[in-house]
Amino acid sequence: MTKRIVIPVGPQHPALKEPASFDVTLKGERVADILVKVGYNHRGIEKGCEGRPYLHCVYLLERVCGICSHSHSTCFIQAVEELANVKIPEKASYIRALFGELERIHSHLLWLGVAAHEIGFDTLLMYSWRDREVVMDLLALLAGNRVNYTVNVIGGVRKDVTEEEKGQILKAVDILEERTKYYVRVATEEVSFIERLSKVGYISYEDALRLGAVGPTGRASGIKRDVRKDDPYAAYEEIDFDIITDDHCDVYGRAVVRVKELLQSYSIIRQLIKKLPQTPLSVNVPKNIPAGEAVSRYEAPRGEDIHYVKSNGTDKPDRVKLRAPTLANVQAVAKMLENGNFADVPIVVAAIDPCFSCTDRMIVAANDVLSEKENRMTWKQLREFSINWYKKNKGVDFSKIKKSDKHI
Amino acid sequence: MKIVDRIVNWARLKSPWVIHFNTGACNACDIEIVASITPTYDLERFGSLLKGTPRHADVLLCSGPVTRQLKDRLVRIYEQMPEPKFVVAVGTCACSGGVFNGCYSMLSGIDEAIPVSMYIPGCPASPDAIIDGVVKLLKEYEKSLKDKK
Ligand code: SF4
Repeated sequence: MTKRIVIPVGPQHPALKEPASFDVTLKGERVADILVKVGYNHRGIEKGCEGRPYLHCVYLLERVCGICSHSHSTCFIQAVEELANVKIPEKASYIRALFGELERIHSHLLWLGVAAHEIGFDTLLMYSWRDREVVMDLLALLAGNRVNYTVNVIGGVRKDVTEEEKGQILKAVDILEERTKYYVRVATEEVSFIERLSKVGYISYEDALRLGAVGPTGRASGIKRDVRKDDPYAAYEEIDFDIITDDHCDVYGRAVVRVKELLQSYSIIRQLIKKLPQTPLSVNVPKNIPAGEAVSRYEAPRGEDIHYVKSNGTDKPDRVKLRAPTLANVQAVAKMLENGNFADVPIVVAAIDPCFSCTDRMIVAANDVLSEKENRMTWKQLREFSINWYKKNKGVDFSKIKKSDKHI
Repeated sequence: MKIVDRIVNWARLKSPWVIHFNTGACNACDIEIVASITPTYDLERFGSLLKGTPRHADVLLCSGPVTRQLKDRLVRIYEQMPEPKFVVAVGTCACSGGVFNGCYSMLSGIDEAIPVSMYIPGCPASPDAIIDGVVKLLKEYEKSLKDKK
């Protein structure tokens, strides 16, 4: 029998840009089991929001993740605007979509570089990061900051796009499109790239669906889902674009989906600029938001982002909860790695484009009582416990309800 | 100064090896650090190289206000680095806690855990600022060497 070895990866590790930790159990060269330990990047943002006025929350939530900062702030603001019952001016929704797409471009180019680095293709890393600077310069020009642009305010946006800036955006998009066509060629013709990524991190359509994969990870397994189409927000209803899917179901598919999405983003930006209406930038929203609850969805570069906001009539939220796309995708990673090679671990993890600063939303207080083994509950015990609790306290009997044997 | 020392000092000044550690940052400062070593900014023209292990590094680039979970790791990484070592706090939140001030699972800044030689503010600190910071740090070090002589 082959001996099992546990290899700890992280929290500080050259392949990880963020503090996360994995215990990889190996059987020979093959991965037998993987234990993800998160929580190193837990900053208590949700709790931090509770003591802050809504406008301050926007700044704080933007810094959930510096790569998809616009996603988090837009998602939160959409929920707040729903609570306050305001409709933002049309121009604001166009500018929000514009920044959303610019962010997707910079995030996908960043991913391409990181993925290339993980497979030892550093030339591509340098290429794609060089091209990424084009869009970073554009963001700096439009918003004044390269990352964390804060164009959103509650009720609209704070910044107009002038005629001159429109020209610059279009020019930059032309340059980027040409470069991206080159990447499409790399992705479809470069044999070493294709060979390295094909059949790595395979997850079938059924498994991806069952484990709830979202964004490019899901779309690369053929799940045709995109919040921009399914539940259009900002200006996406008036924009024409395709949902990119792929049926490779492996890391290669994920790369193809992302590169092709870049091309879609360019076309979206062109349409947005062409149709940009002339309306005011924002409407006034009262400081105190009426009591209520709202959930909002947003297609971040990594997938569907969900924010829940509960207000209590004051100028501070009662509760903010967010579910970042990585949390949905991280479940699928264990499946992807099943029986894979140890050398594939970095690229498979990188292929979902993980963002642990988005994901580290909770910590488990493992106090003395909990850490005693017998006090931990298995899924079955937890179910029994809840059935008994409801029977005793609420007088309802749930034991008749059949348990789905498909649970994970 | 012995000739060996002079060679060592020269090598140190011309090839500061850097290690990057994310201590609870929002990723923005981290991608800016990576951006600063890519072709447009090219920090490597100053001889610096991003290393994977603290034992090879002279400069520790930290971003993020230090989560309580990571504090011990940060101290451990710092202790593993050979002397002379420098710590650069990249970003406002690494300098002072920044936007996260008041969050329960945070310290407010790197200097609460380990001594810091250089602060680079900005949220995020732009690659130019990071390069400027590292170059200034080297200059200061050069000056201190001359003073010692
Ligand atoms: S300084 Fe700002 S951008 Fe940098 S890590 Fe901290 S919050 Fe993020």
